[in-house]
Amino acid sequence: MVATGALGAVGAIAVAWPFINNLNPAADTLALSSVEVNVQPIQVGQAVTVKWRGKPLFIRHRTEEEIKAAEAVPLSELRDPQTDNSRVTDSAKKVRPEWLIMIGVCTHLGCVPLGNKPGDPKGPFGGWFCPCHGSAYDTSGRIRQGPAPKNLEVPSYLFTSDTLVRVG
Amino acid sequence: MASTHGTPPVFNNKVIAWIDHRLPIFSYIEKEYHTFPTPRNFNYFWNFGAIATVMLVVMIATGVVLATNYTPHVTLAFDSVERIMRDVPQGWLIRYLHMNGASFFFIAVYIHIFRGLYYGSYKSPRELLWILGVIILLLMMATAFMGYVLPWGQMSFWGATVITNLFSAIPVVGQSIVDWLWGGFAIDNPTLNRFYALHYLLPFVIVGVVALHVVALHVHGSNNPLGIDPKGPQDTVPFHPYYTMKDGFGVAVFLIIYAGFTFFMPNQLGDPANYIQANPLSTPTHIVPEWYFLPFYAILRAIPDKLGGVIAMFGSIGVLFVLPWLDTSRVRSCTFRPIYKWFVFVLLIDVIVLGFCGAHPPEGFWVPLAQLGTLYYFFHFLILLPILGKIERPLPLPPSIAEAVLKKAA
Repeated sequence: MVATGALGAVGAIAVAWPFINNLNPAADTLALSSVEVNVQPIQVGQAVTVKWRGKPLFIRHRTEEEIKAAEAVPLSELRDPQTDNSRVTDSAKKVRPEWLIMIGVCTHLGCVPLGNKPGDPKGPFGGWFCPCHGSAYDTSGRIRQGPAPKNLEVPSYLFTSDTLVRVG
Repeated sequence: MASTHGTPPVFNNKVIAWIDHRLPIFSYIEKEYHTFPTPRNFNYFWNFGAIATVMLVVMIATGVVLATNYTPHVTLAFDSVERIMRDVPQGWLIRYLHMNGASFFFIAVYIHIFRGLYYGSYKSPRELLWILGVIILLLMMATAFMGYVLPWGQMSFWGATVITNLFSAIPVVGQSIVDWLWGGFAIDNPTLNRFYALHYLLPFVIVGVVALHVVALHVHGSNNPLGIDPKGPQDTVPFHPYYTMKDGFGVAVFLIIYAGFTFFMPNQLGDPANYIQANPLSTPTHIVPEWYFLPFYAILRAIPDKLGGVIAMFGSIGVLFVLPWLDTSRVRSCTFRPIYKWFVFVLLIDVIVLGFCGAHPPEGFWVPLAQLGTLYYFFHFLILLPILGKIERPLPLPPSIAEAVLKKAA
């Protein structure tokens, strides 16, 4: 009786799995997971937004002051402690502090923070400001104020040349 | 009340008698909707169950018709809704009925819930009846949320983004759950497709739970404004024609107001940003849900911690499940509860204030006000109710419904 019941339960779970797994991202959705961007036209101080996996990808060509400001912040002041250096390193371990590449999705509830366009408010830390619930990020995209728990996510990327970057 | 049902009906029509002998649907209708003994002292608050049922039927009828012209695809959905509005014969009417119908369904259900709170309809032996009602509320919320995504406007997209991201607050598996809900890495076509499928399915699940709600209701019969059980035939009237007529009147008045909104201010309750097509790269400056979610949205934002906010929001509905056990008073109706009577209205005001907090950006005094409102909401259910039931001295209950009614009439 018990063995039959247990076998039945295993069977029921095995049948349920395809129905649950069916809702996971499909192969074609997963296939669209990398994008290549030519960063040459992006001037110092300028930022662009590229669509990647249906989300905005922020690419910011940072100024010297922005880099200095980001590097000067002591880790003890950060909610999600990460050095600026660790956020501008590509998958070949090469550090390019002038290029900050992040997913432009607020880690609170998924809004797109402002700060990438010239006229946008950049918030009290000179980086990005999320209009939905007031999270503010610094020039390294790290969370400094507001409800978001984490820094803006840095995806895995690789500079295939000095001007070409592959994300994903 | 079931025990006081009369003798089984005898049908003179031979066809009806033949069918009923094999499938007793006519006996059932006779017993549950004609002779069913119902307290004789209902006020108009008791209309809202029937009104909500009518709204459910209206939503399903308009929804099925809309589905024949709607296209669930990210590039076509917005235009297909505009086509319904402009080109499809009477499409504007059907869509406005559906859109405003959602609001009026929630109005009816919220009044119905408040009725239950004030008159203690959740108390023994109606705990399961109440819990089924809370399940219906949750199903309605899920259905309304997914339906709001379908027109693929800016609020559809960003509302869906914010609400599905709530699940990312769950430790460890949060993001995997969100990707599973989305069927991708962002709200996109797979999300729209599954929301459409579920938005079509859930109303019929609601019909099923409503049926259980009615079955549970008909075991012990309705509560009433005095909150005391009927003691005999002198305390009740047959459901038909007394309450079929009274419900019919209430439904008619309600439908007039609903039609007024549909015809004269169909967009009053909606957000104009939803007439802009969804743009995944640009968040509107101010994301607000539809009005019926505002108090819960305010609770979500009142807690300055992501997981905490999500727990508080779900908890605000969760407390309703255990309400029958949180209220320790043995008196049902607030008519005989001199202190609690006022606190029910304080709770109502609190929920309305929370609604206003949810409608405003979380800045300035709206933040502490929402926090105060959230605190009071949970204080009401978790602290006030259990304690007040013990210390409050209720007024003397009348000996029977009939005596109270006749005394009032005299």
